[in-house]
Amino acid sequence: MSDQQVEKYYVPDQSPWPFVGAVALFLIAVGAGNFVIETTKGTEGYGGITLIVGLLTLFVMLFGWFRDQINESMSGMHGVQLGRSYRQGMSWFIFSEVMFFAAFFGALFYARNIAMPWLGGDSNNAMTHEVLWPGFEAVWPLVTTPGGTTTEAMGWGGLPLYNTIILLVSSVTCHFAHVGLEEGNRKKLIVFLGVTILLGCGFLVLQVEEYIHAYREMGLMLTSGTYGSTFFMLTGFHGLHVTLGTLLLIIMFLRILKGHFTPKNQFAFMAASWYWHFVDVVWVGLFMFVYIL
Amino acid sequence: MSSVAEEVHHDDDHHDHHHTPGIKRWLYTTNHKDIGTLYLWFAFIMFLVGGAMAMVIRAELFQPGMQIVEPNFFNQMTTVHGLVMVFGAVMPAFTGLANWMVPMMIGAPDMALPRMNNWSFWILPFAFLILLSSLFLEGGGPNFGWTFYAPLSTTFSNDSTALFVFSVHIMGASSIMGAINVIVTIMNMRAPGMTYMKMPMFVWTWFITAFLLIAVMPVLAGAVTMVLTDKFFGTSFFNAAGGGDPVMFQHIFWFFGHPEVYIMILPAFGIISHIVPAFARKPLFGYASMVYATASIALLSFIVWAHHMFTTGMPVVAELFFMIATMLISVPTGVKVFNWVATMWRGAMTFEVPMLFALAFIVLFTIGGLSGLMLAITPVDFQYHDTYFVVAHFHYVLVTGAIFSIMAAAYYWLPKWTGKMFDIKLAQWHFWCSLISVNLLFFPMHFVGLAGMPRRIPDYALQFADFNKWISLGGFAFGLSQLIFLALLIKACRKKGDSVPARVWEGAEGLEWEVPSPAPYHTFETPPVIK
Ligand SMILES: [Cu+2]
Repeated sequence: MSDQQVEKYYVPDQSPWPFVGAVALFLIAVGAGNFVIETTKGTEGYGGITLIVGLLTLFVMLFGWFRDQINESMSGMHGVQLGRSYRQGMSWFIFSEVMFFAAFFGALFYARNIAMPWLGGDSNNAMTHEVLWPGFEAVWPLVTTPGGTTTEAMGWGGLPLYNTIILLVSSVTCHFAHVGLEEGNRKKLIVFLGVTILLGCGFLVLQVEEYIHAYREMGLMLTSGTYGSTFFMLTGFHGLHVTLGTLLLIIMFLRILKGHFTPKNQFAFMAASWYWHFVDVVWVGLFMFVYIL
Repeated sequence: MSSVAEEVHHDDDHHDHHHTPGIKRWLYTTNHKDIGTLYLWFAFIMFLVGGAMAMVIRAELFQPGMQIVEPNFFNQMTTVHGLVMVFGAVMPAFTGLANWMVPMMIGAPDMALPRMNNWSFWILPFAFLILLSSLFLEGGGPNFGWTFYAPLSTTFSNDSTALFVFSVHIMGASSIMGAINVIVTIMNMRAPGMTYMKMPMFVWTWFITAFLLIAVMPVLAGAVTMVLTDKFFGTSFFNAAGGGDPVMFQHIFWFFGHPEVYIMILPAFGIISHIVPAFARKPLFGYASMVYATASIALLSFIVWAHHMFTTGMPVVAELFFMIATMLISVPTGVKVFNWVATMWRGAMTFEVPMLFALAFIVLFTIGGLSGLMLAITPVDFQYHDTYFVVAHFHYVLVTGAIFSIMAAAYYWLPKWTGKMFDIKLAQWHFWCSLISVNLLFFPMHFVGLAGMPRRIPDYALQFADFNKWISLGGFAFGLSQLIFLALLIKACRKKGDSVPARVWEGAEGLEWEVPSPAPYHTFETPPVIK
């Protein structure tokens, strides 16, 4: 690399948005904390309002920040090296998301393969079983908890299976959209991206339906012992990520309609599609370990 | 790499090299040096805040019996002292040093993502505002220890736990963004010719630290989330009646927690690896082995977490595995200490203040490492667990380890930052007072710990009274010694003192010493070429 002519790295001038973002997170954290306390303890307060104001501030911040970013990018201030920074940054961000899910998968494996058998008297815990809950049977899915809460297990056929197919197909269509962008084939890009977004929305609708079914008909709830806890926390956080991914894709769709992105300048689109593939991969893990096994 | 040349962006109208005056400079900045300064001042203020809480703890423990504070408040003090020191003082101080030094050491014009850099800093004051203000709420702040074990943090905690959880969430977001910034800067912004194996050790250690941060901070976020839902929404992760297990909390927490302690010590290793060669006037002994040792420590850190849990219920096989894996870490750590000593061997040594702190680090950190080795022995840990021996151990590695290295770094690079030599007399006072008082403070803790004094309890048996009196006196003296540092820093920021040349210390090597002192607002706008 020693004799190449080196481009100047674009170091942006001052920007108010990061600070606004910090204020937004402050309001969100205070608001969410108080909101949780107020809703679960039935007290009055300003938690909910603070949370909403914080989310709106975050929205304004993201809008302003990305607007500046897009303007700079469109006016050619971003070089190759900066593009590499963005791609690497996004990859590391996705890695951090993977580790976040890893914590919940870890909890699932521990609850299922260690905590539950031990409560049933496995390993050297015969007395634990005898003294605490002698009637407890350690079977996964844990439909009867040691404390006696009962529920039903969610099968993998039906809605979960449809959702798996939907997400897998959407990963493929997302890839085709990217190919369309690389080829400069605008029509292919728009059609396949549109289909991906529709599939994402379809997934979310079915997911909501599944939750309603679980709560109303199966008695499977967040409070239904570790089975319910891991089921809803894993699928819930995944659902939040699908929502975010769909929003990102919608923003990309709008930008493409405005004529943004070229085969050479497409980081934001790529980042959104990477995120989408990540969300799909997590779902495959979920489908395996939460539903089938 | 010919594609780079065609994309060259011609920008001849240079940005002016001056910053906007006033508060906006600090609120809106994208400059790595400004942000580094903000991080360092924030860390120092948090160090004083957390230190004040330590003073409350030591005042209460000055004599047996209940003296000054309520037990519940005492618990809040130990909890928030730990949280503030870990997340508010040590980690931001290292991030501040990374901000200042990494771009200069690798010949980069700034951090890779300057706006995100500012975002990650400004989250921190708000996160700590939430955490600290929860102390004043009805029922008080978090009181379950900085490790927030379930069920203390779920069944038995007060409502402010929700605020604790969300403040940890946003400080985690800040750490992850800061770490992504550092790792991308190092991977992508090195000057032409600076290969990975030519990177300065501080850059290497931060590279690996950033990886650890990105890998484990999300796990901490998961842990606090489960605490939140267990406490407020009826999930059963840590509740045996629902099929969960409180011990599971400890597994998840320490999967984060053990790498976390390396996050707080690897950059320290990097700093010492700069200072020792500079004042021994010899290149670092065994550079490559230092790099590999750092990497092995980081990898091993993922498979040792349960050494914090020997007494909480695990099959014997697991205890043996975690014992052996933990002891394995002393090999790469020993390599490091050996290399520092070998660097000094037959060097032309002088003992300027940064070197004094570095030498104290090597000796005292090794003491902390050796007591760690004792704690790693499972059967022995059955006696030491949750005693003051553990407190002595981790304060040796964190105070005389991490914090001493930060002070060494501050003295080493302060003249580069301000362009003036700091007040050497005051610095020497600071060093010697700190050195003596810190040992008076922490060394006797080994003995009371071995004799069975439990940690996190506001009262103790009469037989520990004499030792605790001396420990408290050492604590107060150490606290006061830091005010000398404060005075010195204020003086340095007012730019009093003699001007210094670009290479402040004659034996110092590295790109940061090629730029003038004080370092200009923008450095290396065109990258230097490393041969
Ligand atoms: Cu550990």
